[in-house]
Parts: sequence; structure tokens; C-alpha cells
Amino acid sequence: MDDFGANCLSLIVPVTFLGAAVIGLVRMPDEDVRRVALGTALIGLVLGLLGTCSFAHIDGPAIAVLHDCAWVKSLGIHFLLAVDGISLTMVLLTGFAATAGVLFSWNVDKRVREFFALYFALIGGVYGVFMSLDLFLLFVFYELAIIPKYFLIAIWGSGERRYAAMKLALYSFVGSAMVLAGMVAVYVAAGAETMNLIELAEKARAGAFSDSFQAWAFPLIFVGFGILAGLWPFHTWAPTGHSAAPTAASMLLAGVVMKLGAYGALRVAVALFPAGLAQWADAIALLAVIGIVYGAGVALVQRDFKFVIGYSSVSHMGFVILGLVTLNEVGLSGAVLQMFSHGIIAGLLFGVVGRMVYERAHTRQLSMLECMGLSKALPFAMGTFVIAGFASMGMPGFSGFVAEIQVLIGAWDASPKFALLAGVGIVIGVAYTLRAMNQVFFSDAKPEHELTVPPAKPISLPEMIGAVMLIVCTLGIGLYPRILLDLIVPALHNDLFQAMWGGGGL
Amino acid sequence: MGVFGLMNDAPLISILTFFPLVGALIVGLLRSQDAARVRAMAFAVSLVTLFPIAFIWLNFEAHSAGDSLQFVERHDWIPSLGVEYFVGVDGLGLLMILLTGIVVPMAIQASAGVKRNPQLYFALILFLQAGLYGAFTALNFFHWFLFWELVLIPSYFLIRNWGGPKCRAAALQFFIFTMVGSIAMLVGFMALYQNAGSFDFMELAEGARNNGAATMAIFVCVLLGFAVKVPLIPFHSWLPATYSEAPTPVTMLLTGVMSKMGVYGFVRILLPIFPAQIEAAMGTLQTLAVLTIVLSAFAALAQTDLKRMLAYSSVNHLGYCMLAVFAAAQYTSVDPQWAAEKSAALSGAIIQMFNHGVTAAAIFCFIGFLEQRSGGLRGIDDFGGLRKAAPILCGLMGISLFASLGLPGLNGFVGEFLIFKGVFALSPWAAALATPGLLVTAVFLLKILQRVFSGPLNDKWKGFPELTTREQMLVAPAVALMFVLGVHPQLFLNLTNSTVVRIVNQLAN
Repeated sequence: MDDFGANCLSLIVPVTFLGAAVIGLVRMPDEDVRRVALGTALIGLVLGLLGTCSFAHIDGPAIAVLHDCAWVKSLGIHFLLAVDGISLTMVLLTGFAATAGVLFSWNVDKRVREFFALYFALIGGVYGVFMSLDLFLLFVFYELAIIPKYFLIAIWGSGERRYAAMKLALYSFVGSAMVLAGMVAVYVAAGAETMNLIELAEKARAGAFSDSFQAWAFPLIFVGFGILAGLWPFHTWAPTGHSAAPTAASMLLAGVVMKLGAYGALRVAVALFPAGLAQWADAIALLAVIGIVYGAGVALVQRDFKFVIGYSSVSHMGFVILGLVTLNEVGLSGAVLQMFSHGIIAGLLFGVVGRMVYERAHTRQLSMLECMGLSKALPFAMGTFVIAGFASMGMPGFSGFVAEIQVLIGAWDASPKFALLAGVGIVIGVAYTLRAMNQVFFSDAKPEHELTVPPAKPISLPEMIGAVMLIVCTLGIGLYPRILLDLIVPALHNDLFQAMWGGGGL
Repeated sequence: MGVFGLMNDAPLISILTFFPLVGALIVGLLRSQDAARVRAMAFAVSLVTLFPIAFIWLNFEAHSAGDSLQFVERHDWIPSLGVEYFVGVDGLGLLMILLTGIVVPMAIQASAGVKRNPQLYFALILFLQAGLYGAFTALNFFHWFLFWELVLIPSYFLIRNWGGPKCRAAALQFFIFTMVGSIAMLVGFMALYQNAGSFDFMELAEGARNNGAATMAIFVCVLLGFAVKVPLIPFHSWLPATYSEAPTPVTMLLTGVMSKMGVYGFVRILLPIFPAQIEAAMGTLQTLAVLTIVLSAFAALAQTDLKRMLAYSSVNHLGYCMLAVFAAAQYTSVDPQWAAEKSAALSGAIIQMFNHGVTAAAIFCFIGFLEQRSGGLRGIDDFGGLRKAAPILCGLMGISLFASLGLPGLNGFVGEFLIFKGVFALSPWAAALATPGLLVTAVFLLKILQRVFSGPLNDKWKGFPELTTREQMLVAPAVALMFVLGVHPQLFLNLTNSTVVRIVNQLAN
């Protein structure tokens, strides 16, 4: 990777926080706030794309260190930012989701400055997690992302927003506490001299973590991170949180924040504790598969449109978790691909449900939406939802298919019974998506409820741009997954994962 | 030379597949309020695809000694899964894309009655055409499955939004049946991939009998996907409602080409990849095929709605193909003397696919004409004596019905004759039990002729309009094909010969 690419990537975190500071501190009209916000998001996206292009030129499973300086010398903690193919995939996802989120929040008019300041504080934290190579730094950014989430939901949310925000914060903190405890244990067990993940992996390979230590440290850290990834039965914050959050925050929550958990689980628990994974893989896979089927089943009976999508996220994240414990190349790369894919598709679905439909119909009840004749009133929203729905149910040609089939193949390789059960989840996925699609967009309007009288505001340009951008992403990856797989697959063999391949998966 | 030289090197099959997709986008974005203009545009797009097909046909080396696959394109796609973009045609693929190229423009022209949202309607049909071309030329499971599903989505919306009074329930039933079949198939292929390490149809077929990659469980999963699509009894229950509720042009597509995707799957995928499993389950499979043939014939006899009647007739006709495919998997051990019988059965099955596609599409097209003229009536007893009022319509439709019942000299005879020639030698009992199907088919098709065309002319239909010139032009190519193929079947049998020989050889290994 050349200096230019490294510079681009190392600028992403500071630029995003700077954007948050400017928006929060400088008085300006709302219109300008939105422009600055869009600018900040776009700069993050473009820097990520430039960095990725430059990264793609290096050969082999490299890790590119962007920035390294001692932070807490006595503890061996560094401010260490670095990327590999997996981080870059997540950075790109964050860039797309953040940009789309701004575009879908163009109509926010309550305390606009605070909204976008918190929004970018969250995104800065997310970028930080995806790029830190130091475990302590990773945790700091991870915590940093929780606080803005709480306020975004509690202030700008809808429905039972305070309850949802509190639930989300509590679940997050419990998870964090588990991760923190695990982190300290790892630090001590590895000789209390470094938090660098590569060095920890080296020690793990050398046998620094005994089997009995891994037997409890693995579940502690995996479940700690897993809570944020929607691991059943700790998933209940997700549907309530997603539904109460304002659209942009739902997009980020489902699209990116859940990936923080999965990313942490992969980077720390799976990478450092091969023996722990071997011991717990069956149990975790079982939870993942229950999540897939249960999430889909619950989505099938929801009456609230946003809850359908909320539970679908739990179901789709189950595939990520299942992929993580397969411990084979196909399954793991499928899991990472699914993180990206679900991030994009969930963003799209929440964009339609929360912004395009809810802001015009002012209800999320399927039974009410049914009577409104939305196919006539909002044809663009219908088209977007149809595409996003097919992408979500795993139609070939969209990113979800490639990702889920990889996870399924990986799982089948390890243990066919889990793959078969996950297949049942896909069937239910088709059913709940079709049900929502039919009810909301394809049922007959009752004249007295029809949304055409008075006519609903047409879909605005920012919404269209945001939707088209995300559709292009999911189609592009679906048709040519190599764009990402060429980044992800080599990364699975870099120094961070040197200990992992020694263990056993499912 | 210039232009043709260029065409020889061009990725013709990709162009063929993606051209209708581009056309669908253009048609979908047309601003015109005039349905006829949108239809003309869509017709032009779908008709243009016949040029690359004609070129492929003219340059197809029917007697090529080597690999029977031609116009192959092969590119790396997803290396981590070993997936390639791999397309090409052999005789079977060529006949199927030709059939698609003929039936889709017919269906578009037959859609004169569509007035509501014509842009979307015709865009969906072109979308479907692209999916069909893709599915008939793909040789790697991965993108074959993409196109297989791509066909499902537009047909779901076409049935749902432009169909008859109960179309929504029918569309949903159709979607769910097909989707469950597809997912079973997907699971099956994943398991197969685990065992064989490939998604490539040709590789999977090589030595399928010896390498032990395929198991009975995998076979059942994959079979389910195709059995729903064709359909094979007892997986047929979606079909009568779907065929009768779909708008008639879409029924033409459903029976004319989409059901062929299922049969194509049997010939291209099931038979070469799972010969041992078919042989092991021979008794059950042949029973199902015979039941399909016989029961659907009797079911057709019991119907009063013409569309439902012909729907069951389709099931019946494709049942013969199933019978041939299953029979061909027998006696694989050593005996080379069965090769001729197997070739006959398979050639018959392939030719029957094409013939049934053309004939059934034409018959449904005629039913559409009857519906338009009668204001939606299509019961067998709603008409009577029409041949006096509309002799040309009745004459041409009569020819199609006779082609369908297998009158020698028309196309239907050739396929069924070859199938029975092969199957009687390979499994005489199954063939004997299937013959009542032939008889009953003749009975109900003659019943249509008698009730609709003959007898006293109902007063209501005194002024029953004759076929217009446009409508005559529309069905003329199909009727002409019935004669041409009836008299000169070698035209297509030559094309499929090398494919059949390849499959039979693979079976013997």
C-alpha cells in the first residue's frame, strides 16, 4: 500500500470526528448543517474507497499499519490503527451506510445540529473500531459508539423511544462489561505486556492461553460481543431499538452497529481462542440457527412494519454468527460478506419503512398501511422495497445470496444439520418478506384511507439517490462478489488469524 | 465476411441473454400512454433476439466429432467457490433458446388486451425472456440458479397483477411451490458441491456413476425442484389454478417455455448427474411418470374450462418426457445394445419439449382469441358450431389440437413415437400402462373439437368475428412449424443427435 492510500485511511477517523465537532459547535442554518453532514459522510466514503483501491494492489495477506504511537507506555497500550481486507470491507460498509443515512435524514428538523453531531460521533467510533489493531483502543471506540446511540433513539425516536434506548444501552453495557473482563483476562494471561492483536495472536499460537482458560474466556468474549450482533437469546434489544430509532439511526444500528459485535467476536474471540472455539462451536451454532429460524418466525407474525424488518435483522445476523464458528474459509468469508450485505440491505429496508413510508403515512401498522394504496401513492417506495425484499430473501443476483450460500456451504462442510435448519430460516424469510410486501404495497386501497387524497409528498431526490446507491451496492456485490471476496479471503490468512487455523470449528 | 467474422468471435450467448434485459429497462421507462406502441417496442426487442439465435443455428456444427458444446464462453467469477461464468449451447440448449425466441414474441403480440400499466407488463415479459435464455444456456449451477429464479419473479408479478379474479391466491401458491422446490434444489446442490467440489454441470456429469458424489438424499432434493416445475404428479397442484388464472399470454409462456425449464433440468442435470439414483428409484419414478400421464389425461377429460383442460393436457404431454428420461437410466451396466433405444427415447423427449412448447402456446393463444371474442367465456359448452362463423379460427385451432393429440404428419407424433419406441423396449410395462393416456388425450381433444366447433351454431355467436389478418400472422409461424416438423423432423433431430449420444455415452460409463 502506498503512502497516499495509508494517508487517506488514517484521515477517516479524524475527519469524521471533526465533522461531528464542526456541526455541533458552529452555529449555522439547518440547510448548511445537512450539507456539512453529507460532505463529511462522503469524504469518509471516498477516503475509504481510495484507500481500498490502493490496498488492493499489495499482494498477499497483508496488514497495513496506518498509525502507531505509544499511548499508555506502562501497560504497553498503543494508539494503533491498521487495516486488512476485512476491516476495509467494514469501512466501506460504514461509508455507504453513513452516506445513505444522511440522505434519508434530510427531513430531520428537530435539533438538527445535535442530531448530526451525535450521528457522526457514532460513525467516528464505528470507523475507529474497524481500524484499531490494539485491543484496548478497539474497546475505547466500541464504548464511544454506545453513548450517541442512546441519545439518538431517546431524543429523535418514535414510539416507546425512551424504553428502547434504555434497553439498548443496558444490553450494550452488559456486553461491554463481559468484553472488558475478558479483555483484562487476555491481557494478564498473555503476560501483561501488550494489547496488540497481532502479538496476542502470536502468543496464542505459542500456547499462552491454556485450554481451561479458553474454555471460559471464549464464551465470555464471544457472547459479550455477540449481544451487539443480535445473538439469540440476547437479541431483544435489537427489534425494539431498531423500531424506535429515527430512520438514519435504524440504518446505522442494523447496518453497522450490529456488525461491530460480529467483528469483535471474529477479531478477538475466534482469532485468539481456537481451543475455546472448538469446545463451544456447537453451542454457538445452535444459538445462531435458533436465531435464524426464531427471528424469521417472529417476523412472520409482526403487525408493525418496522418490527418485521427488525426481527429480520436478527435472523440475518444469525447467518453471520453461524459463519464465524464454521472455521473454514468459505464459511468465514461468507460471514464477513454477509455483514456487508446485510448492512446494505437492512439500510435499504429501513430507508423504505422508516423514511419513505412512515414519514408520509404516519403509521407503521400493517393493517393500516394495507388500506392506503401505497403502490399508487408511492411507486418509487414500492419499487425499492420489492428490490430490497428480494435481496433480503436471498434471491440470486443480490449480495445476500452469495453471502448466505457461502455460510451455508461452510456450515454444511462442518455439520450438515445446522445448514439444513438455516435453510428452513430462508424459507420463512421468503414468507415474511412476501407477506409484508403484499400487505403494504399490493393490497387494494380503501378509498377513505387512500394516501392519494390529499396526495402524499413525492419521494424526494436525496431519498432516491440514497436508495439507488444502496441498490447498486447490493447488486454489484451480488453479481461480482470478487470485489469484496478478493479483499476478505486473503485477510483470513494474515497474522491476526495465525492462531485460529490451529483449532477446530463446528 | 466482415460482419460475420465479427459475430463469430462475439460473446453471442451473453448478448442474447442480456439484450432483453436492456430492452426491459428501455420498455419499462417508456413514457408512452399508448399500449400498442409499448407492445410494438417490446415485440421488436424480443424478435431481434432471433437474429443471434439464427446465427448460432446456422453455424452450429451438428455432427461435430468432439465436444457437442459450442459457442462456449468461460470466465472466472467467484474463485473462492470455484464458480465460473460458463455458458454454451448444444443441440438441446439450441432448441430451447429457439423455442423461447418463438414463443415470447408470440405471447407479446397476443397481449393486445393488456391496457393497464403496459410498460411494466412488457418489461416483465422481456425480463422473463432474459431469464429463460440464461437458464437454457448456463452450464454452471451458480448462475443457472440465478436465471432460474429470475424467471420466477416476473412470472409471479405477471400472474398476480394482470390475471383473472382469483389470480392473487394462484400467484402466491405458484410462488411458494416453486420457491420451496428451488430451495430444496439449492440445498441439494450445496451438498453435491461439498462432495464433488464443483458447480459445473459438465464436470458433475463426468463419471457421475463412479465418483459417489451424488447420494439419494441429494437426488431427492434436486428432483423436487424440477418435479414442481414440470410438474410431476403429486407436485402439480399449483398448476391448474395458475394456468387458468394467469393472463392467457402468460399461460402461453408458462406452458410453452417455463415448464420446459423443468424438463430441461431433467435431461441436462438429473439424468447425467444422478443416473445411479434414478436407476435405484426406478420403480417409484416410473410409477409417478405413468400416474402423471394417465391421471392428468383423465383430469383433463373431467374439466369444463378450456384453460384448465389444456393445463392438464400439458401435464400429460410432459409426462411422456419424464417417462423417457427415467427409462433411459436403465440397463446401464454393460449392455451396449440398448444405446439405440435410449437415444430414441431421449431424442423423443427433447423433440417433444420443442413440439409441445409450440403447440401448447398456439392452443392457449387460440383460447385467448375465443376469450376476447366471447367477453371472457371459455367453458367447453359456452360455444358450439363456431366453424360456421369463424372457419379460419376453427381450422387453425383444429390443426393445433390434432398436432397435440399426435396425429401423424404433424409435429406431436414424432416426439411421442420416438419416446414410445424407446420406452417400449426399455421398460415395456411402463409404456403399456401409459398408453391409456394417449387414448384419453385423443378423447378430450376431440371433445373440444366437437363441442366448440361443431354442432348447431348458437344464436349468440352468429356474428362471431373471424381471425383478423394480424392474428393470422401471429399464429401462422406456429402452425407452419407443426407441419414442417411433422414432415421433416430430421431438421431438429440432426441438431440434438450429438447431445443425445453424449448423454447416452455418459450413462454407459
